[in-house]
Amino acid sequence: MESRPTTKGLTALDAALTMIVVLLVVQMWLLTATLESYLAGHHDVVMPGLGVSTLLMGACLALYGFVRRVDQAVKRARLPNTSHLTGL
Amino acid sequence: MTPTPPPGDPLWRDEFSVYAAEERYVSRRQFAKFLTLTSVGMFVGQVWILAKTWMAPKHTYPAVAIGNVADIPVQGVKLFRYPTEHDTAILVRTDAETFVAYSQKCTHLSCAVFYAPERKRLECPCHEGYFAVDTGRVLQGPPPRPLPRILLRRDGDTILAVGVDTHGEG
Repeated sequence: MESRPTTKGLTALDAALTMIVVLLVVQMWLLTATLESYLAGHHDVVMPGLGVSTLLMGACLALYGFVRRVDQAVKRARLPNTSHLTGL
Repeated sequence: MTPTPPPGDPLWRDEFSVYAAEERYVSRRQFAKFLTLTSVGMFVGQVWILAKTWMAPKHTYPAVAIGNVADIPVQGVKLFRYPTEHDTAILVRTDAETFVAYSQKCTHLSCAVFYAPERKRLECPCHEGYFAVDTGRVLQGPPPRPLPRILLRRDGDTILAVGVDTHGEG
């Protein structure tokens, strides 16, 4: 039996969103920890902090790209053909 | 001109052309976009900290005479200011030949610490934060970091402050 159009793809989107939220929480902690260390005069943690933050941001961007791709694929598959409405 | 409903769609679709599924997808995509932009913002924050580190002027610590050996008894203290007039510090003579000095500002909320010779530790009266007198490390209480240590040099009977070690643990 085919799944309902309203839910197809949502699981993947929710999983990706959850991952983004988790990565964001880690990145937020990292920023506050780096700032605290910097203000304490420990400058040697700044560069590693930036490296890890770069990785986390890259992962968030990749997940956002995944969300966009899933979203567009689901919309293409599920939305009715409306080209006749615009004359295209 | 009234648009023609797509073939196969029921007639009510034309009257109520709201696609709930699409609305939900767009909402999630916008939320993901917002979160990703927040992530980029925090990355920019990290870059800002790095830029501040690079642009910060390098500290140079002058050698400053802070006292004479004969003026400070064993287990005695002397207060001084180093490296600037705004930075209070405390010099402790722990035995006949050993002197240690630390910033007097508690690393919790900057209350002035004092030396308790009977317990051989530096104590902050505000929130009962205790520091070891030999290393400056935290023994108890809310301070998150050791006391910054003032580096000393002995020149005959004169004690000189020559630097600050903010990394703690001596």
